[in-house]
Amino acid sequence: MSNVATFDTRTEAKIPVESPLAYSYRRSGAPVPDRKSRVVLREHPFLGHLVLRGGAIVLDEAVREVLGVSLPGEPQGLVHDAEGVRSVQWISPDEWLVIVPGGEEFELENRLRAALGGAHIAISNVSGGQTLVELEGEAARELLMKSVVYDVHPSHFPVGKGVTTVFAKTTVILRRPGEERWELVVRRSFADYTYRWLLDAGEEYGIGVER
Amino acid sequence: MFYIHCPYCGEHREEEEFHPKGQAHIARPEDPDACSDEAWGDYLFFRDNPRGIHHELWVHAVGCRKFFNVTRNTVTYEILETYKMGEQPTVTAEHPEGRPSRDAADQGTLHEGVRA
Amino acid sequence: MSQPNRLTQGGRIDRRQPLSFTFNGQAYQGYAGDTLASALLANGVDIVNRSFKYSRPRGVVAAGAEEPNAIVQLGSTEAAQVPNVRATQQALFDGLTARSTNGWPSVQRDLMGLVGKLGGQFMPPGFYYKTFMAPASLWMTYEKYIRKSAGLGRSPAEADPDIYDHLHRHCDVLVIGAGPAGLAAALAAARSGARVILADEQEELGGSLLDSRELLDDEPAGEWVAAAVAELAGRDNVTLLPRTTANGYHDHNFVTLHERCTEHLGEVAPRVTGRRQVRSRMHRVRAGRVVLATGAHERPLVYAGNDVPGNLLAGAVSTYIRRYGVVPGHKLVLSTSNDHGYRAALDWQEAGREVVAIADARPSPDGEWVEQARARGIRIIPGSAVIEARGESRVNAARVAKIDLDGFRVAGAAETLTCDTIASSGGYSPVIHLASHTGARPTWNDDILGFVPTLVKGVSAAGGAQGVYATAEVLADGVEAGSRAASEAGFAAASVSLPQVAARRDGAAVALYQVPHEKPTLRAPKQFVDLQNDVTAAGIELATREGFESIEHVKRYTAMGFGTDQGKLGNINGMAIAARCLGRSIPEVGTTVFRPNYTPVTFGAIVGRHCRELFDPERYTAMHQWHVEHGAEFEDVGQWKRPWYFPKTVNGKIETMHEAVARECLAVREAVGILDASTLGKIDIQGPDAREFLGRVYTNKWAKLAPGRVRYGLMCKDDGMVFDDGTTSCLGENHFLMTTTTGGAATVLEWLELWHQTEWPELEVYFNSVTDHWATMTITGPEARKLLAEVTDMDLDKESFKFMDWREGVVAGVPARVFRISFTGELAFEINVQANYALHVWETLFAHGEKYGLTPYGTETMHVLRAEKGFIIAGQDTDGSVTPEDLGMHWAIGYDKPFSWIGQRALSRPDTARTDRKQLVGLKPKDPKVVLEEGAQIVFDPKHAIPMPMVGHVTSSYYSPTLDSGFALAVVKGGQQKMGETVYLPMADGQVHEAEIVSPIFLDPKGERQNV
Repeated sequence: MSNVATFDTRTEAKIPVESPLAYSYRRSGAPVPDRKSRVVLREHPFLGHLVLRGGAIVLDEAVREVLGVSLPGEPQGLVHDAEGVRSVQWISPDEWLVIVPGGEEFELENRLRAALGGAHIAISNVSGGQTLVELEGEAARELLMKSVVYDVHPSHFPVGKGVTTVFAKTTVILRRPGEERWELVVRRSFADYTYRWLLDAGEEYGIGVER
Repeated sequence: MFYIHCPYCGEHREEEEFHPKGQAHIARPEDPDACSDEAWGDYLFFRDNPRGIHHELWVHAVGCRKFFNVTRNTVTYEILETYKMGEQPTVTAEHPEGRPSRDAADQGTLHEGVRA
Repeated sequence: MSQPNRLTQGGRIDRRQPLSFTFNGQAYQGYAGDTLASALLANGVDIVNRSFKYSRPRGVVAAGAEEPNAIVQLGSTEAAQVPNVRATQQALFDGLTARSTNGWPSVQRDLMGLVGKLGGQFMPPGFYYKTFMAPASLWMTYEKYIRKSAGLGRSPAEADPDIYDHLHRHCDVLVIGAGPAGLAAALAAARSGARVILADEQEELGGSLLDSRELLDDEPAGEWVAAAVAELAGRDNVTLLPRTTANGYHDHNFVTLHERCTEHLGEVAPRVTGRRQVRSRMHRVRAGRVVLATGAHERPLVYAGNDVPGNLLAGAVSTYIRRYGVVPGHKLVLSTSNDHGYRAALDWQEAGREVVAIADARPSPDGEWVEQARARGIRIIPGSAVIEARGESRVNAARVAKIDLDGFRVAGAAETLTCDTIASSGGYSPVIHLASHTGARPTWNDDILGFVPTLVKGVSAAGGAQGVYATAEVLADGVEAGSRAASEAGFAAASVSLPQVAARRDGAAVALYQVPHEKPTLRAPKQFVDLQNDVTAAGIELATREGFESIEHVKRYTAMGFGTDQGKLGNINGMAIAARCLGRSIPEVGTTVFRPNYTPVTFGAIVGRHCRELFDPERYTAMHQWHVEHGAEFEDVGQWKRPWYFPKTVNGKIETMHEAVARECLAVREAVGILDASTLGKIDIQGPDAREFLGRVYTNKWAKLAPGRVRYGLMCKDDGMVFDDGTTSCLGENHFLMTTTTGGAATVLEWLELWHQTEWPELEVYFNSVTDHWATMTITGPEARKLLAEVTDMDLDKESFKFMDWREGVVAGVPARVFRISFTGELAFEINVQANYALHVWETLFAHGEKYGLTPYGTETMHVLRAEKGFIIAGQDTDGSVTPEDLGMHWAIGYDKPFSWIGQRALSRPDTARTDRKQLVGLKPKDPKVVLEEGAQIVFDPKHAIPMPMVGHVTSSYYSPTLDSGFALAVVKGGQQKMGETVYLPMADGQVHEAEIVSPIFLDPKGERQNV
């Protein structure tokens, strides 16, 4: 434990925070959704994002103990806890993305490290570096077809799947937590580009932004 | 635009997600200092350029970030197989239809994850 | 307005919906359902263009994508200009405005027409090459006029008002072409449950069935089409794409489909409920299986004068009559080598116009349609062909003669028949373009007298595309192909019952391509092979005489099949003529390669949404808005937008870059500056072998770096050349934070993974990018400590927080890691906080910074400051050919490390160890006012005869306000041993700058300022 420097980058102090899309809202605006909006975009900012690296077997035990869900062992797996607010996603044979309510991430990291003892693993806190953007609505899938190279057809992309793929000229982690609900995990520095792309490509579906 | 089966993700993905990294199975000499200048030059700079079956190293850069090997026909661009690091190809110039079986002797000389 | 050639009934047009349009400034009327070509023919417009090279008048020849002549420019306004549109593929809409592509000053009276009339003797193939090559310097002038008179269409000079996009699609079965084969294939595949896409380039699905004479289940074929389309449209697993051309077939069944979404509605996409619509769209399809149901193109016969308006394909004549209710003339002569051609004569007569005669190349034609024609009293002249069309702006007669097929000669006296239209049919050529895009060479099939596609894995062909022409067989072939494709994709076959089609007995066709003339080909009136590129039979014959034997060379010499035509009509005829001249068979001569695009694609569809503000991602830091609000000019570094400098307004005047940078530099040297350094790559490295790994990828030593300490590291490739650098901090015994250059972040991470995954998987270490998680702000300058002390209670004492230390603390109320490292040579603190808090911390620093003269600075000042200290920028002062020794960084090379680190072995190779390699030095211009040009070449002796030996170049050069002089970094051969010597930099304008070789460290060589 002492060999790794954990650090809580979050504070409970009343400090103004800026989500990765804060600048985009001010610059590009946020069209209000209306009845004709066939897709709605909403950002879930300030969540806790942890990257877990290590072997599946050792991590699975710790994740079950600490989070109460099993680690998705199969490629492209995405699982949520019973409340549906904590998720673990397969990224690579030795990498998972854990997203939890903001503020839980540091304690979670410590508990996982404690549960894992001396195992060779790595946990990196990337909460400030990415944001979760949700797309909901019947046109969400077609909007994604304009944007990602990955096949988002329901027969190929069922609920509970997630992939890292090409989005326009950048990359996203794309997940499908519900029938008409899709999530994009977007890197902070690319968030504005992604947002402007979605507004532009979503214009024909009357895209609205819920804030 | 290739459609490449990532052996780690277990599915075909678009070429845009990958980067090609040159010829596969180029091992860094175990003891560089024991290499002659010529041998080191060969390792650094000389690569095969076959017409037909070729083994290449690729990385699933926008995806699982894993490196893996591709057996590709450089004439037809057909990808004949993809396989993980440390594994050997079944389709080779000598066995274009695939070797009868992956014999144990082949695998025995390798340690997991090594590209040679 | 009258449409003299329009029938009062029949066709698929809607006579209740008249549409107005203009062509070459003249107003006309057509109907909904027309193409521009059918509407022009209905209005009796004979000349639609002037030909490319000879400027001869040309009319509509075909009814589809193979049309070579009716190429028009669309658009009533400058912004709406669209070149290269085939009138046969453009749906008519109200207000359509079109002009001929060629014809200067007009299609009716054309200056270049003179050349055409004087004949080909003046412009043989290779004419341009031969005539205009000398003097070469004038080619540019010639080209301008040749292009003006040739006319290739023009692109709009104003911005396109429309938007375009891409759609990524995946399917199990992609069926290309929705004629009988395609519809049947799609039905079979769809019923099996497979995901099916059916694309067709025409306005309506149905292909040849839309103008067929045949009955399907005793109903007009259109009824079956309607039922099939309705079924497909009703299925969730089917996507129907009319007006969509498969324009390119790429590797592994990746097919691009170009959909023209609104081009049939108007020249600018209409808005729907106020929202913009996409004008055209590229579907990027990855298909499990592809069925090519692209049909066949009819081959025209090659006879003298076959380009005069009024010469049409026989099938096109039928299409215009049956689909558009237009008879493109009054008196028809048909010249055919097969039974299919008879359809035109039967349709023509049924439309109430006169069939003068049918010249049939076969000695005793006897098929069912032949009998029908005979029974109706149509005159059939067996064993003959039209050998010459007469007329200038319109056909006025056909010369018909007996021909000897084997002897390639006219075998009897020619009879002149008065007519205004000549239809010809030389049989069909399967449309094999898409199959050719895959690189597979087609195969000649003697039975159908055509090339059939060779198919790569995962693709099949059905119907006309592989030479199956009888409707019943085409339908069965389609079902077979569709079922097979679906079952190969893993779906159980479903049954499709085929409609009954009355079997028709066809007589055998004969092979006829070029029709003989009384005169030899080289002296006969022009016999056109490729109408779009003005290639004649004589041209091909000449090419073979001049020694071009390979069909690929003939193509390039004559231009046959070039450009947007891609050999749709002329290729087989051209090959047949080349074969005749060379005394070979067609398969021996072979074919040329068809390439994408099948028909022209608008650039908008290729670009899609990746234009204007979305052309490329712009990456922003968490402080971006502050930079914008404070007037920063930005510099692109990779995809990042970094502040370049912050010009101030002084006395109502905005500073120049020079002024701003001078001010920013002095602020750092004398007070304190702040830089947004968030863009540097940051890699979190954890694991018991992290330290060992660093030792292998960096040139210097890492074994003893203690937690709390930071070290600069240099990274080489195994060839010994520097490729990146940065600092790495020891966070814990098994935990490091590596920084990379801004541009190198992704590359370095992939580099580390490469070595870990492929060479040293036994090392226990993980790498994760944390670049975006942290925002980094560097405060630097003599006042930096005082400023930082105001916003933190961290111990900043120089003894407890030394240079190259890092500490954890709280800055402006936010948890922070602070690194005492310096890229300016001044006292510096790099403050790292979670990016969500960054703007607050940045602004808090400014709230406290005014009294210290806190000055924001950008990348330009950063460059000046680091260069004054001789700090390199990887990628600017290095270029992949520079070793650490070349940089004079011997101190950063751990030659005695136990593991042979990446790059070590190469440093002792003879070339790498040379002492006269280009080495990094400083350059001090003799004239301090001179700022040398970056990239300028360096010589030792400016009096040396040209070419002078070039011994190096300037890599970085700036004006230093601190030194009040220009200064530069450069690489010079053996430079490290040449301190104090003078070098010369001859410039393009004749000036020669002088500079002295000095140490690259211009300021504070002992590094005292950063250690305070």
